[in-house]
Amino acid sequence: MKRPDRVFPHPWLSVSLLIGWLLLMNSVSVGNVIMAAVLATLIPWLTHVFWPRSPHRLRFGRLLIFACRVLSDIVLANLQVARLILGSRRRLRPAFVHYPLQLQQDFSISVLASTISLTPGTVSADISPDRSTLLIHGLDVGDEQALIEHIRQRYEEPIREIFECSTP
Amino acid sequence: MLDTVVLLCLGIICAALLLTFARLIKGPDLPDRILALDTLYINAIALIMLLGLYLDSNLFFEAALLIAVMGFVSTVAIAKHLLRGNIIE
Amino acid sequence: MSDASWVEWLVAALLLIGSVFALVGAIGLFKLPDFFMRLHGPTKASTLGVGALVLGSMVYFSAQSGSISLHELLITFFLFLTAPVSANMLAKAAMHEKLRREPRTRGEPWEQ
Repeated sequence: MKRPDRVFPHPWLSVSLLIGWLLLMNSVSVGNVIMAAVLATLIPWLTHVFWPRSPHRLRFGRLLIFACRVLSDIVLANLQVARLILGSRRRLRPAFVHYPLQLQQDFSISVLASTISLTPGTVSADISPDRSTLLIHGLDVGDEQALIEHIRQRYEEPIREIFECSTP
Repeated sequence: MLDTVVLLCLGIICAALLLTFARLIKGPDLPDRILALDTLYINAIALIMLLGLYLDSNLFFEAALLIAVMGFVSTVAIAKHLLRGNIIE
Repeated sequence: MSDASWVEWLVAALLLIGSVFALVGAIGLFKLPDFFMRLHGPTKASTLGVGALVLGSMVYFSAQSGSISLHELLITFFLFLTAPVSANMLAKAAMHEKLRREPRTRGEPWEQ
């Protein structure tokens, strides 16, 4: 087994393990913090071969802003989908949309696909084998081009800025 | 007041479970039934959290978390079985 | 029960919003005409509904015990992480099975 180059090969994984363990135990006593620290060190160290290369840098502030925006979008747009579902189903205009991707790294593509699935009205269904097109199913699409532009402006650009800032 | 609201919510969630169950029976295809099972476990989590509120007990959290984990794994396993014909490759 | 009544109102509102969204998801699952459209209801409305319910339970137990209880957040977080993945797997399986699509669906998925 290849030894990791650093004590913390995946710092963000370590941080989330630490927070996750403390949440699971639901208390911040000394014993729990020590246990969480041990786990947060050991688990990434033992499993680092299975993890894909983590993104070079991560702009944490922008990630936070993006997460807040996605959360509010989820809440607002869910109201819209509730209206669509409860309204007449004759009015729905379902469509498959081919979305040309600009992202290149697997990790950021999966973040984008999850975001698309969570924001109501759209589900990302598949990705083409050459990773250049995402197949999206929309519940009520008036104009495919407008949907593509919307996703590009609102989600893909911020994700690119957060995760792929160091790659062209 | 809260007791009444929790009871009302239990009623609403039960209605949701019934609708999901109807879809599970009706099908018509296998993916529809898997989707119904998926929704069923998500609603079961809601039911258990509400029951925890009603009985004023914090013990139901672990059950809900376990259902969430197991439900996700089983949905993915069955969907993968449909896709490839086997689960562990 | 806490004496602060606004906590009670907040919990009641969160619980009601959550269960109504879960119900809307189930209605969508029940009445929409084809599989791909049915996929929309449960994966989102139900996830948000359970998220709001869990949030309500979190506020309630925090107010009741007087200390902050955050571990319910794990369930919400886990659901929000896994819902897109299972939706994606199901959509792939459905395209693989070549399920019937609503005739007015525009656009074509590619061959699996």
